[in-house]
Amino acid sequence: MMDWPFLLDTFRQLIKGVPLTLGLAALSLAIGFALAVLVTTATASPLRLLRWLAFAHVEVFRGTPLLVQIFLIYYGLGQIAALRDSVLWPILREPWWCAILALALNTSAYTAEIIRGAVQAVPPGEVEAARACGMSGFLLRRRIIWPIALRHGLPIYGSEVILMVKATALASIITLTEVTGIAHKLISTTYRVMEIFVVSGAIYLTMTFLLSIAISAIERRLNVHQNYRRT
Amino acid sequence: MSPEVFALLGFGPAGWGWPLLKAASVTLAAALCGFFLGSLLGILGAALKLSRRAALRWIGQFYTTVFRGVPEILVVYLFYFGGSLVLTKAMNAGGLPGFYSLPTFAIGVIVVGVVSGAYQTEAFRAAYLRLDRGQIEAGASCGMSKLLLLRRIVAPQLLRFALPALGNIWQSALKETSLLSVIGLTELLRQAGTAAGSTRQPLLFYGTAALMFLIIGRLTGLALSRLEHRLAKPWSR
Repeated sequence: MMDWPFLLDTFRQLIKGVPLTLGLAALSLAIGFALAVLVTTATASPLRLLRWLAFAHVEVFRGTPLLVQIFLIYYGLGQIAALRDSVLWPILREPWWCAILALALNTSAYTAEIIRGAVQAVPPGEVEAARACGMSGFLLRRRIIWPIALRHGLPIYGSEVILMVKATALASIITLTEVTGIAHKLISTTYRVMEIFVVSGAIYLTMTFLLSIAISAIERRLNVHQNYRRT
Repeated sequence: MSPEVFALLGFGPAGWGWPLLKAASVTLAAALCGFFLGSLLGILGAALKLSRRAALRWIGQFYTTVFRGVPEILVVYLFYFGGSLVLTKAMNAGGLPGFYSLPTFAIGVIVVGVVSGAYQTEAFRAAYLRLDRGQIEAGASCGMSKLLLLRRIVAPQLLRFALPALGNIWQSALKETSLLSVIGLTELLRQAGTAAGSTRQPLLFYGTAALMFLIIGRLTGLALSRLEHRLAKPWSR
């Protein structure tokens, strides 16, 4: 009943898209994280304008669909003449960079909220204790706030990572041939929807499954000092 | 803003105001219908996952794993191409030759429903687990029937516990409708694309679409948090 040779052939074609999918996710997550750090810093800034900008950034990129953001960047940026004549244009013309830019901006808004929540969840007592020991500024952050916030934030950031792997599928709409792009091409040439959905779905599930295992392994490592509680 | 921008976005003969508003209503309708379909599927899924029968639990687990783990756009393709394939086969088998396909709006509702149903399953399941067992026992010992118990004790609290999560899922469902532009449903993004193409003003029209998504999301979010407050009132002392 199952057409194994076809499934195998489909798998061989789809797997070629995996490096692009993972590459898009990894690079946009890295850029997005750096942006998110800037945004969270701006949220706590004494300057009202910066605070407002950070708030607007989070609000806009979380409140609008990713596909709208992709189209705004892919089709919209070319409308700005100054940008079209600038040195950046050869980069911004490429669908790959447009996808990276949109994905990075999108995830930066969500990540900024995750970082903010994680830092807020650091118990005030720990910070006070550190201050009483004479720590302040960067030392306080490096030794106390960031490690504790990392433990709080990592599980939530893990689900953001998985959401991003799924979100890269939208890059196929601006002509990138990652897994979903190849799947769409195969569906519209062979019309064997179910088989292709099963194989591409299995590829995505495998990627997210492996990622979630990796993330929980990191979590376990970070929480080694709490292991006695679990026994 | 220049006057020509107003003319483009206005309701005059050269304006895209009406088409955009109409498209916004399609977006809202698809999101609402899909979300309610998702609620039905979510309740069903939660019941499956909480079942005593392992086979049923397994079906529920399979449903949530697949539709939360696979990109939404693939689900769109599945129902778009798969729907017409199945329908055509069924019609041809019934003696009606030719090619048939579901209306894109119906496909959109199904996609949003199935995906948000997978997330709502988790919301309802978590809410059910938060219920106080003692209250159900107390109700039963007062002689309430299963249905009355469900209506008076279980359902109101389930809604209250699940509402914050449902609010987030609603926002995702609203944004998910933008994917339906890919299969030709004239919702906000598709209409903005058409306008952008014919006026060569992509920034203006995609920007407007983004703004309209923001406004719809904000207003519905406000309504939901009002509802949340109202439902929490009897408990806030």
